[in-house]
Amino acid sequence: MSTPLTDLRPGQRAVVSGFTTDDADAQRLMTMGLVEGAEVEFLRAAPTGDPIEIRVMGYALSLRLGDAAGVLVEAAPTT
Amino acid sequence: MSARPDAAAEAAAAAEDPIVVTIGNPNTGKSTLFNALTGLRQKVSNYPGVTVEQVSGRAELGGQRVRLVDVPGTYSLAASSPDEMIAVDVLCGAVPGLGHPQAVIIVVDATNLRRNLFLVTQVLEAGVPAVIALNMTDLLESSAVSVDHEALALRLGVPVVPISAAAGDGLERLGAAVADVMAVPPQEAITINPALDEAVGELAAELSERGDDEHLLELRRALIDAGGYAEQRLLERHGEDLRPRLEALRAQVGSGRNLATLEARDRYSFIQGLLDGVEQRGEPGRQRARDLADRVLNHPLWGMLIFAAVMATVFQAVFAWAAPLVDGIDYLTGATGEMVRGVLGTGLLGSFFADGVIAGVGAVVVFLPQILILFAFIIVLEDSGYMARAAFLMDRAMRGIGLSGQSFIPMLSSFACAVPGIMGTRIIANRHDRLATIMAAPFMTCSARLPVYSLLIAAFVPDARYLGGLVNLQGLVLFGLYALGILGAALTAWLISRLYWSRVKSRFLLEMPPYRAPNPRAVAAKLLSRALIFLRRAGTIIFAVTLVVWALASFPRAPAAPAAAATQASSAALENSYLGRMSHVVAPLFAPLGWDWKVTAAVLASFPAREVVIAALGTIYAVDPEAADGSNTLTSRIRNARHADGSLVYTLPMVLGLLVFYAFCLQCASTIAVMRRETGTWRWPLAAWCYMTGLGYVSACAIYQFGTMLSTT
Repeated sequence: MSTPLTDLRPGQRAVVSGFTTDDADAQRLMTMGLVEGAEVEFLRAAPTGDPIEIRVMGYALSLRLGDAAGVLVEAAPTT
Repeated sequence: MSARPDAAAEAAAAAEDPIVVTIGNPNTGKSTLFNALTGLRQKVSNYPGVTVEQVSGRAELGGQRVRLVDVPGTYSLAASSPDEMIAVDVLCGAVPGLGHPQAVIIVVDATNLRRNLFLVTQVLEAGVPAVIALNMTDLLESSAVSVDHEALALRLGVPVVPISAAAGDGLERLGAAVADVMAVPPQEAITINPALDEAVGELAAELSERGDDEHLLELRRALIDAGGYAEQRLLERHGEDLRPRLEALRAQVGSGRNLATLEARDRYSFIQGLLDGVEQRGEPGRQRARDLADRVLNHPLWGMLIFAAVMATVFQAVFAWAAPLVDGIDYLTGATGEMVRGVLGTGLLGSFFADGVIAGVGAVVVFLPQILILFAFIIVLEDSGYMARAAFLMDRAMRGIGLSGQSFIPMLSSFACAVPGIMGTRIIANRHDRLATIMAAPFMTCSARLPVYSLLIAAFVPDARYLGGLVNLQGLVLFGLYALGILGAALTAWLISRLYWSRVKSRFLLEMPPYRAPNPRAVAAKLLSRALIFLRRAGTIIFAVTLVVWALASFPRAPAAPAAAATQASSAALENSYLGRMSHVVAPLFAPLGWDWKVTAAVLASFPAREVVIAALGTIYAVDPEAADGSNTLTSRIRNARHADGSLVYTLPMVLGLLVFYAFCLQCASTIAVMRRETGTWRWPLAAWCYMTGLGYVSACAIYQFGTMLSTT
């Protein structure tokens, strides 16, 4: 079941499963490491709730809700 | 080799030094490495036709003299604009005046290999001889990361040299490795997607048959990035009939899938394989410290309080700490001028050196305290990792006017002075946001406007008090002018980002680097290189403008008028000068604003810097600074100034108009010079000058006309 990245809560982890943005936006997000199959962790939101900070590919990335809403994630496979 | 005394031959030989390129992601310490390798033997220019700065410098790598050229930090070689295409063009040797690179140093952050290798693999596919500088290896242990650099080198087929640019470790080994790859022909390029390589080869062969040899890397980008700049440029060169061929090749490689997203997926899975057994990541103990720091710094209350405290400190420093230094430089400039006049006399020669050369040098140097203080803060905030957090906190607020959180510090600094503010926009990653900020920054009420405001407000705005003395009308007007500046800046940023670039989405994809203690040596080197760039590039323009305005105000020389007092003579001399004559000619243009030729002349003379208007008014009204009895002060003079018909010049509507004119107009050669410097073209500063001065003119005109109408009815 895919949900937007923005649905995650702080501390939650998930795996990128796809994009609802256009290809150009997807390319930018993927360049930064948000490729399908990559694990992401929702770290925190700014005090105003936007932008948000996530961990992907072992580093921290901040992005706006508008961009994050275009990233679909699935529950991480339990290890 | 014999000694060459011929400087031209020396320069020619230098131009033939092999070119070595540094490239890497932002936050990898690339500029620190560049500074360490070149010292301060740096040259800054602009890549032709774009707003990207080209920093290059002489360096000695493994005993070999090279010209080191820096490519601005980037995450990918994909380009959607000419600016982003620079990296590809440098690697292809397609930049005019810059030959083929003999080697590439790819700088990577060892603690963040996975994402850094994205760009590395893109560069290695280009087949240019490369060395990987594995930077920040001193931080590996505390990050609980270990990297087997020898295994990585084996898998990539290029040398991987562990270094610490900030500490200066491993630089000799890096230099030796670069010299080695320059001496030995390039290795075989890596292959990630064979079908893509094949398609690129086919395209190259077809174009070659038509007599056009294109670089493989450029063709690769044109093929991958549909709708990108590489494709656009290729189609411009070869005609639209190439488009169906590109589409066919894309279909052949991707079988219906988008090649750009396919590239990212392929690349990261290739990297996954590369790092298997090469990189080990444990649970870093520091992670907890970082999480705690982030929780505090991002807290709705504590985080915002700390942010406000940091910003207040920066603002206070640029505004107040710099003030004694600025005053000191002003004093020294004046005193030196007086001394020179004492030696050379008050004739043309004395005036040339005192009012032209020394005043010109002073006009440049006076910016250094603010620039150095602001940049010291910016560099420390960036290197410590807090800058990204500040942008994170402010993003939502700045988005309202179409900017991002990264614009906050440059805008805040512009309250002190737009010159360091505009130089500070280089922290803004997004090109459109950066240009919008550069255009908006000069509206912020800078400290040079204050003396103008103070003089006019004190002379013409009644010292009325309301609410039991709590609110003062003069203070209210000053506050209104500050508010007007902020409004002008916000509106400008909004107009540019929402109207001019309505099609371009503002971006905020910002890496949040780990907190790190800034290295004092690296900070000092960056600070020094910024100061030198300002002096060399903007300083020359500021100096030249000061000289030109001096010449306009000094020629033709007035006949000596021994009977008149010295101040009367200088007033007459100014009226007779080119500047005075120009003012008479253009004065009708400013009549609708209620100005006479004297006000016009003072405004024209203050083109190099706004605050000069006060000294200019002093000269024009023949104020005698020695007459301290109050009868001949500038305030009393301008209060009594009259038009030819006997009416007062400085009426309240005219003064309010003049104040608003100074709030809006871009009457500052230094700002214009720095805008030229930072955007690489005269287009932006000229547009800003026309727009701001036009806005000032129209507003002053409206206020004067409307106010005069009100007061006469």
